[in-house]
Amino acid sequence: MSTIEKAVQAHTERNAPPSPVDAASANTAPLVRATDLAKTFDVSAPWLNRVLERQPRQLLRAVDGVSFDITRGETLALVGESGCGKSTVARLLVGLYEPTRGGFEFDGQDAHAAFKTPQGRQLRRRIQMIFQDPYASLNPRWIVQDIIAEPLREHAIETDPDALSARVDDLLRSVGLSPQDRVKYPHQFSGGQRQRISIARALATQPEFLVCDEPTSALDVSVQAQVLNIMKDLQRQQGLTYLFISHNLAVVRHVSDQVGVMYLGRLVELAPKHTLFDSPRHPYTRMLLDAIPKMHDTGRARTPVNGEVPNPLNPPAGCAFNPRCPHANNRCRDERPVLQSFAGVRVACHAVEEGRI
Amino acid sequence: MSLLEVKNLVVEFPNRRGTLRALDDISFSIAPGEILGVVGESGAGKSLTGASIIGLLEPPGRVASGQILLHGQRIDNLPYEEMRKVRGRKIGAIFQDPLTSLNPLYSVGRQLIETITTHLPLNQAEARKRAIDLLKDTGIPAAEQRIDHFPHQFSGGMRQRVVIALALAAEPQLIVADEPTTALDVSIQAQIITLLKTICKDRGAAVMLITHDMGVIAETCDRVAVMYAGRIAEIGPVHEVINHPAHPYTAGLMACIPDMSVDRERLHQIDGAMPRLNAIPTGCAYNPRCEQVFDRCREERPDLLDAGATRAACWLHAQRPVKASGVAA
Repeated sequence: MSTIEKAVQAHTERNAPPSPVDAASANTAPLVRATDLAKTFDVSAPWLNRVLERQPRQLLRAVDGVSFDITRGETLALVGESGCGKSTVARLLVGLYEPTRGGFEFDGQDAHAAFKTPQGRQLRRRIQMIFQDPYASLNPRWIVQDIIAEPLREHAIETDPDALSARVDDLLRSVGLSPQDRVKYPHQFSGGQRQRISIARALATQPEFLVCDEPTSALDVSVQAQVLNIMKDLQRQQGLTYLFISHNLAVVRHVSDQVGVMYLGRLVELAPKHTLFDSPRHPYTRMLLDAIPKMHDTGRARTPVNGEVPNPLNPPAGCAFNPRCPHANNRCRDERPVLQSFAGVRVACHAVEEGRI
Repeated sequence: MSLLEVKNLVVEFPNRRGTLRALDDISFSIAPGEILGVVGESGAGKSLTGASIIGLLEPPGRVASGQILLHGQRIDNLPYEEMRKVRGRKIGAIFQDPLTSLNPLYSVGRQLIETITTHLPLNQAEARKRAIDLLKDTGIPAAEQRIDHFPHQFSGGMRQRVVIALALAAEPQLIVADEPTTALDVSIQAQIITLLKTICKDRGAAVMLITHDMGVIAETCDRVAVMYAGRIAEIGPVHEVINHPAHPYTAGLMACIPDMSVDRERLHQIDGAMPRLNAIPTGCAYNPRCEQVFDRCREERPDLLDAGATRAACWLHAQRPVKASGVAA
């Protein structure tokens, strides 16, 4: 491990100015620390069209300066509506995207710098991902044992065929499937079982950090309960750290320790679970909580929410939420609020800062 | 008299290896102006029930027996052209994905006017005026301009509003809404549900709301039918079914849903999965997963029995009155 760290250190010094948090000690530092993470996509028209039609370049700021920490063994949930940049954050954290700005540290080292080095593979082993759609994330032409053994072979963790086979059996058992299922194809399983196969695959390299992008959205409630229980059990047994992305607030409340609410590529509120659900501060968080259908007071008329998420290509000036916000004033329309701490809760809102709400 | 009555409906899919029974002896009714929710997991037969009512069963699926009555008249055996007149005029439909239920090549106005002139004796100008009014009623801002826009120029929530306007165009008395909010974000879902509820109440249209989201059901419906493996497991007033479920499946399903007000380390889980259509167990379809199963459940299929305020297809209610949900704890 020390050689990797040296390599990473050397690499970091060569390529990027060290960020201020680099100096922080590794022992007390959180496992994952994202600092000003940003990803911009160029969605401009082709060059010739731009020249002929005099169109400017168009940039989509999918994630625009997101910072958070995740303590080892805990779960951070990111919630928000479609297009708010949740999945882009997930893809940045597993190295599927290169950040445009900022970066994230994993266990004290700059992960994106490390991903580029040959030793970075060691880091990739420790970070794995579970995808939303279990129908699309498993190769339909592979049998289950090949799917689960792939990361083990890829990272040369297990080379002996017998040991490999035993490990696949263990992994299948750990997610509540039978070792006899190993010779089946993905189509022979139901949605919930497929999602368990992808969990088993993600666990194969014994990762410390799992990025789960809407792992239960494609599943029925009874199956969702099975998958969420397995994920919680595994976290308890193996001390896993999760980034859990979902748009379902009830699920988020069940699994998370910390919750981050995203709106148009930015975090608007970051708070411990109970604080966020019991006393939401940001008007958008309040609106989201209000919009959840309540199970037990049937027939209650709910507060209708006005407006829709604006076009991310052309976000409103100032606070992105201001056109829908009942508390917006002139300052909200001009000045972009930054995430500030208020009694343990981090909120990006002028109205909260000024004590108006 | 009830507006819609479904009596012992059986839908079958013949294939090479035999016949699959996708809906098995379904009976329920909807009163005028009532909102009936139909809830269940994927494959329970919710959408198929809706499709049979609007006469859009995909071959080889067919109504094998039973009747569907609208205003006391059978509509399940109508010829195709007759059924086309019922569909749209008497029964409106809203589907899950608003983008695929609108024609991308025609402006929304043209689609609305086409529906209106097909079913109502109005000329083009009157139909256009009516189309604008409908768009206004469904909460589309600047309806006079938006009527000439194409579906891709609308956002998801706005498209679903257009679809609702289309379903209401000919003033049907029944709307079959199949997962109308599933493709939408929570904040938009809230808007659409509120709209659907108020607009149908205003016009006195009954709604059959098919969804897998118990929260949406709780908030919108008057009565709810819980489906399992092509059968109705429980049907009754929504408040009773949610708070005092009589069928063990309903109780289990309710306990699976993460609750916003209670902290639980683990969620209740129903082990196993819904049986495939070619392997539905004898007796009660839920018996292999049921925690309160006894001999009779494995042998004899229960009909809907009175269980307090609701009706449940469960033998627990044959001998004694309602047993409170032992599972939910």
